[in-house]
Amino acid sequence: MGDEQIDAAALQSWLRAFARSVAEHKATLTALDAEIGDADHGANMDRGMTAVVAELDATEPGTTPAALLKKAGMTLVRTVGGASGPLYGTLFLRMAPAAGTADSVDAGTFAKALGAGVEGVVARGKAELEDKTMIDALTPAVEALEAGLAAGDSLQEALRAASAAADAGRDATIPLVARKGRASYLGERSIGHQDPGATSAALLVAAAASTLGVVVGG
Amino acid sequence: MKKLVNDPADVVVESLRGVAKAHPQLLRVDLDNRIVYRADAPVRGKVGLLSGGGSGHEPLHSGFVGRGMLDAACAGEVFTSPVPDQMLEATRNLDGGVGVLHIVKNYTGDVMNFDMAAELAAEEAGLEVTSVVIDDDVAVQDSLYTAGRRGVGATLLVEKLAGAAAEEGRDLAGVADVARRVNANARSMGMALTSCTVPAKGSPTFDLPETEIEVGIGIHGEPGRRRVPVAPAREIAEMLVAPVLTDLDFTTGDGVLALVNGMGATPLLELYLMYGEVAALLEKAGVTVVRSLVGPFVTSLDMAGCSVTLLRLDDELVRLWDAPVVTPGLRWGA
Repeated sequence: MGDEQIDAAALQSWLRAFARSVAEHKATLTALDAEIGDADHGANMDRGMTAVVAELDATEPGTTPAALLKKAGMTLVRTVGGASGPLYGTLFLRMAPAAGTADSVDAGTFAKALGAGVEGVVARGKAELEDKTMIDALTPAVEALEAGLAAGDSLQEALRAASAAADAGRDATIPLVARKGRASYLGERSIGHQDPGATSAALLVAAAASTLGVVVGG
Repeated sequence: MKKLVNDPADVVVESLRGVAKAHPQLLRVDLDNRIVYRADAPVRGKVGLLSGGGSGHEPLHSGFVGRGMLDAACAGEVFTSPVPDQMLEATRNLDGGVGVLHIVKNYTGDVMNFDMAAELAAEEAGLEVTSVVIDDDVAVQDSLYTAGRRGVGATLLVEKLAGAAAEEGRDLAGVADVARRVNANARSMGMALTSCTVPAKGSPTFDLPETEIEVGIGIHGEPGRRRVPVAPAREIAEMLVAPVLTDLDFTTGDGVLALVNGMGATPLLELYLMYGEVAALLEKAGVTVVRSLVGPFVTSLDMAGCSVTLLRLDDELVRLWDAPVVTPGLRWGA
């Protein structure tokens, strides 16, 4: 179990699914950001992921998972701006070296890479759990993914658990006081609002669960 | 919304095009990368100064590019940080061989994008970059539980004083030291009479009734510390000066520089009236003003209101303030 291979094509499916999901939820993300931030998260993420998809469309055959992740990260840094650009960009840029140079990675390596990416986000944003940020969705997701794989679950099962953990982490941001980013200027007034970054991060994990390790006829 | 724009989406580039046309002797503008350079950059043997940030705060930063201040400024979208590619490109092109200082206002996005640019400049281009983060706004509680104080009025003072230090031939560590010293000795507090309108949005960022003012605002239409009924200028001056004086002792040292800054839509008539009130309060508090500046310098689009910045001076900072400067936004002594 957990011995499925993830190649560049699978990663492409993941990124494209995330891009579609961001486009679908663009208005929601922006509305959440308007409550405690500056009302541009949906627009910024949509602009960035649209640019990533354009890069994917232009990708040469034979591109390694690492090269693909690096390209996605650089594109997000270049096009998103604000805080989300460096944070999502760093996530993918830090995943790239952990993916090595092979044409595909196994589930354990993918989990390690995602963990390295999230560590990169923590280092970049200096946020901790319960600061009301994307970390509140990502860290529980990585923990659930690793725990599932360690328990012998399939990649698909482990990713579903990760997605559920990300959703729970996202929902748990609602009662928190923001301690990072523009929302932190609001202090107590940030209570009662769902964090937009945790919301988009949960979409990223959900997109992984809907595309990676899905059995398509052996 | 009534504004002097064509397509709101083009407002930043079209404004930079105007900057280029208006100041060909002083500036060179890369419209593709949205970077404004001083005309003779890179200046060999001089520490380079780069700043930048979201647009909408003009003349900050592009208006302070030129001899005695910045070597380049990167413009982001309105109220959105520029991206690392712009900063890396600018850092490469302004480097005079002795290092580059990045002057960064303390906002989450700005700090992260400049951090990434500094890393890329070191890794990919082998350039020496030091960053100084400006956080002078006393309206925000500085604690582990916030993103920290915002960079506002002191940014202009850092750009002028560090710029003069670089022009004198100080090395990177020396120029960075001046910048940090200015930031550490400066405090600001602002207020709004009205909200601002971001061109792409087309409506005011927040609702402020005719009868109320917002005290402790930032420069992006963020909420302030509190909302109070409209008051005479004399009382508003007190609301701004008191928290600044509480935060730092301005009676020590060799006097202060006092800046009364307009937020974009407040006329000089009112800003000078405010300066008179601020000066009277400072005199009463035993604070000696030895240099002053009044005008719209760090703005928030078409917001009406003002901010007060005080900088505790020493002999060296006075000398650096008086040094020649030739930029679109500040010009003297040359």
